[in-house]
Amino acid sequence: MTTPLSVLVRGGGVAGLCCAVTLAERGVAVTLAEAGPAIGSGASWKAGGMLAPWCEAENAPPGLTEMALPSLDWWRRQVPDTRAAGTLVLALGRDAGELNRMARRTTGHQTLDGAGIAALEPELDGRFGRGLFFPGEAHLDPRRALPALAERLGALGGRVILRQPDLPPGRFDRVVDARGIAAQAVLPALRGVRGEMLLMRAHGVALHRPIRLLHPRYPVYLVPRDDGVFMLGATMIESEERGPPRLRSMMELMSAAFALHPALAEAEILEIAADLRPSFGDNMPRLDTAGDIVHVNGMFRHGYLLAPALAVRLADALLGPRPA
Amino acid sequence: MLFYDTELRSRLMLGTAQYPSPDVLAEAVRASGTELVTVSLRREGSSAQGGVTAGQSFWSLIRGLGVRVLPNTAGCHSVREAVTTAQMAREVFGTDWIKLEVIGESDTLTPDVFGLVEAARILTEDGFRVFPYTTEDLVVAERLLRAGCEVLMPWGAPIGSGRGLNNPWALRALRAHFPEVPLVVDAGIGLPSQAAAAMEMGYDAILLNSAVAQAGDPVAMARAFRLAIEAGQAARLADPMEPREMASPSTPVLGRAFV
Repeated sequence: MTTPLSVLVRGGGVAGLCCAVTLAERGVAVTLAEAGPAIGSGASWKAGGMLAPWCEAENAPPGLTEMALPSLDWWRRQVPDTRAAGTLVLALGRDAGELNRMARRTTGHQTLDGAGIAALEPELDGRFGRGLFFPGEAHLDPRRALPALAERLGALGGRVILRQPDLPPGRFDRVVDARGIAAQAVLPALRGVRGEMLLMRAHGVALHRPIRLLHPRYPVYLVPRDDGVFMLGATMIESEERGPPRLRSMMELMSAAFALHPALAEAEILEIAADLRPSFGDNMPRLDTAGDIVHVNGMFRHGYLLAPALAVRLADALLGPRPA
Repeated sequence: MLFYDTELRSRLMLGTAQYPSPDVLAEAVRASGTELVTVSLRREGSSAQGGVTAGQSFWSLIRGLGVRVLPNTAGCHSVREAVTTAQMAREVFGTDWIKLEVIGESDTLTPDVFGLVEAARILTEDGFRVFPYTTEDLVVAERLLRAGCEVLMPWGAPIGSGRGLNNPWALRALRAHFPEVPLVVDAGIGLPSQAAAAMEMGYDAILLNSAVAQAGDPVAMARAFRLAIEAGQAARLADPMEPREMASPSTPVLGRAFV
């Protein structure tokens, strides 16, 4: 038996963990080094966790849907409580034109009338006359998914080192740099796109799938999690400021949530947070080899959607394509 | 065409917000043939902690487009905010040009014309070359000129509405009253035909953002606007024929009996 390839993965966010698990599943001896005190110290922890290959194609280069499709199965395999409940897309009265635009520019959806919406989400009965339903989409809770991946990595014999911002001691055959925005110093083309989000608990509000509310200025989405928790996101600002969320952004998000479902007015705010999405010029991720280092970065708003696909590309690049 | 002391050949000015990606923005800028892009400072990066560095990555992309930058005060709701933002813009982009927006109503983004005139006066005295985003109101236009503005940018319709020229009559009146002042239709344009119509009226340039950025194919739409604006301007210069009233049969028609 030959000695397995040893790979250091830097970054314990969604990109690093997907790469680490995928490599470990293919027999690589993986060490994962995370700068923060815990798995999920960066932007991935604040993500919505929507797996929306069709919705996200609305504003992305062609090919995103195809690249993202295998992720749905990948996540269902890794994180059994990934939910395949589809995505509901709605617009408030005068923004109805936005639904036409969304419908024209995406595939994989059905048009619903008020009754169709109520059949999916009874609490929205009577509130919306028309919507789009993307039945093939799914969602997960990043705060369960990332620890689940770390656990899976351990089960595969991989090692996780926390509080390790620098290269850990030891020799590795290859280094995979998946540090997100922290790799900006070595990836000058990388920029941060600020996002702000809110977590809340709404007792007694039952919504079953991510809901996107289209708006020309403040499009928002609401993703249900367990125990009445909802994630509300997210702003997209061309700023690399990492400070706390701004009042204006929170007002925009919260007003939209209230307009979507007034019962959310009584929700308890659990957390507000801001972070930077690592992004390249085309807002699509890249796998770049520089000597012994492979950079996996630029996930933009598609970390959960595209990281599994990037991880497969990485494994193929390091190990050769897997025999069919 | 001279805007302040600078000659711009392209009559299209392009906003840089809301594109699918910076790469698409850069390609749209090239396709539009524009020589002037506007960029917002308020949202992108002004902050207590980040200072003026938070938006650096995006701003260097903008500077890298190779065209002149017209910073704007989008999102400012008071004279003070607008003046501070303009001063910051001058530092960041090294230009004394400023597209001045003072918003009076946040849903429709209607200009607060009183605040606009005051901010224009303050900024002009401070050495800025002000491009005021205003309504089509004649008297406000007069006050802006008196405050030192040498360009006027009336709206076609509310920002981002894509409704075209809401009040063509007033836009024509503005053109007629200020034949020597560079006039730019700023905001509300949704279609190339609307931009062409404004140019046919004698407007000097069109400032666009959403119509290009939010098109399904922003690059193709940028090209369409370039062509339409060139067409509108060429038509204006060609002295269009007068439309004729054909509905009332006052002219004798050969071969038909007079009754």
